[in-house]
Amino acid sequence: MQDAGTTITADGRTIGPVVMEMKNITLRFGGVVAIQDISFDIREGEIRAIIGPNGAGKSSMLNVISGFYVPQEGEVWFKGEKRPPMKPFEVARQGIARTFQNIALFEGMTVLDNIMTGRLTRMKAGLLAQMIWKGRAEEEEIENREAVEKIIDFLEIQHIRKTPVGRLPYGLKKRVELARALAAEPSILLLDEPMAGMNVEEKEDMSRFILDVNDEYGTTIALIEHDMGVVMDLSDRVVVMDYGKKIGDGTPDEVRNNQAVIDAYLGVAHD
Amino acid sequence: MFYREAGDFKTSYKADNQTFPIRFDRYRFYAVLAVAWLVIPFVINDYLANAILLPFLIYSIAAIGLNILTGFAGQVSLGTGGFMAVGAYSAYKLMTAFPDVNVLIHVVLAGFITAAVGAAFGLPSLRIKGFYLAVATLAAQFFLVWLFNKVAWFYNYSASGQINAPERTVLGVPVTGANTAPWAAYLVCLGFVTVAALIARNLTRGTLGRKWMAIRDMDIAAEIIGVNPLTAKLSAFAVSSFFVGVAGALFFAIYLGAVEVGEAFGIQKSFLVLFMVIIGGLGSIFGSFAGAAFLVTLPVVLKLVGVDLLGWPTDLVAHFQLVIIGALIMFFLIAEPHGLAQLWRVAKEKLRLWPFPH
Repeated sequence: MQDAGTTITADGRTIGPVVMEMKNITLRFGGVVAIQDISFDIREGEIRAIIGPNGAGKSSMLNVISGFYVPQEGEVWFKGEKRPPMKPFEVARQGIARTFQNIALFEGMTVLDNIMTGRLTRMKAGLLAQMIWKGRAEEEEIENREAVEKIIDFLEIQHIRKTPVGRLPYGLKKRVELARALAAEPSILLLDEPMAGMNVEEKEDMSRFILDVNDEYGTTIALIEHDMGVVMDLSDRVVVMDYGKKIGDGTPDEVRNNQAVIDAYLGVAHD
Repeated sequence: MFYREAGDFKTSYKADNQTFPIRFDRYRFYAVLAVAWLVIPFVINDYLANAILLPFLIYSIAAIGLNILTGFAGQVSLGTGGFMAVGAYSAYKLMTAFPDVNVLIHVVLAGFITAAVGAAFGLPSLRIKGFYLAVATLAAQFFLVWLFNKVAWFYNYSASGQINAPERTVLGVPVTGANTAPWAAYLVCLGFVTVAALIARNLTRGTLGRKWMAIRDMDIAAEIIGVNPLTAKLSAFAVSSFFVGVAGALFFAIYLGAVEVGEAFGIQKSFLVLFMVIIGGLGSIFGSFAGAAFLVTLPVVLKLVGVDLLGWPTDLVAHFQLVIIGALIMFFLIAEPHGLAQLWRVAKEKLRLWPFPH
């Protein structure tokens, strides 16, 4: 797993070297150990799933990656460098974008403005230029608008471009949130339960979008999901967590046949 | 048949990004500007200027300022009166210390000083939100008023404790002091309003505005897409205070001429501007104007109707005014939390389809 070489998957995608590595992460809240000594890596271009029963520590792990929690022990390595403790906005500037389990969009803004916020880190016009809406400010606005329109096309949300997000139904909001994360052109995209609360049709749409994003933009994706069928079909490798510990790691097939994983999901008496 | 977007196609993002994308809106805006700049200066008189136009213009700037902070960045402030006082006293100190410098420059500088003070008082916003922040800004209000009362240096050790605007001219025309013609005072204020509105509009529709609104709508999500909450909140406080400071400087130098801080910039002023923003519409530049116009003209209209038309005693009308304003604020909070600006928006949407709404 440590080899730097690239592999080609069965469906022809290229999976590159390790881009992010979690080393012996332990996260405690007071006496509660949310994550206990977990290590895993994410390779460039792959779809990496983190699964586990409720309360296993999956979302905590995502929050460690995106900088909301600072683990008490362990190291996060990103692009071959050890990452110092960072605020979430600094993590975002490094090129890690995410979505939330319970949608975190800006309700008062239009879909277009919401997605434009995804590109904020790229907009560098000075205060003066912004005040008079000339020069750099106007050019940037148009350049980034073009990039955003491509994503709007890609996710098929043209018709709601100028609708305030507060008026949209749940499924579309999830899609807009994905669009906002994509607009940042992240090197790693973290999806926290992208299909929670969706019906089968919406899940199929979302799965297709996730695969397309990975395929067309080559974006590395790490996702948490409860729907086993979806996870096993989408992901290249799966980490399984239970009670804050890692109990399995490997391809979907390996994980499916792992006794510890079966026990965690089907339930055996924990001692 | 006049308010239509049919046939008004946009072929570039530049055209789509305009402030007034609908042609009729654009022409209406130019018409308003033309009347304000070319007609009103010729018909203005003392009463019109002092009762309606000057307070309307100056409160508009203050309301734009507070709207940036509260409406766009979501940080509630009850310190507007205090920050207006900072603008007024800065302008006074600058005018008396550097009498040769143009007073317009003093007003702008007063805005910058207020921006710095506002950013300093905005620091608690990094830790506290909502009502608690409102209380923290209330502390700013009381502290600043106390400071300007207590420290005689601010009012140049005058015996009355008041500050008086000395006469200053722009291009040879007096704009402050007793000899100011109403049209000159009006034009100065109008100039500041026009520039303030354009700057506020440009800032709020661009990168900085999106940062502010992101912080307002969901600060956690704002952080995750790379907004630094420190710079976003402090920049909102600074820009907002700049406008409020300019408004305070104009209020003192051009409108009142003489100011006693507790009276002119007390807590009532903070509430008045906050009411303007709420009634006008949070997060809307037009709403700032609408709210200011509403609260400035309401007393005048009530006085006209009550005293002149119905012959009621003045004090009765004055008390009624408070009742009506209170009732209206409750009405707006219940019926249309987004204020006059939202009513206007809904009216426009209806007009767009009129007379065939289906």
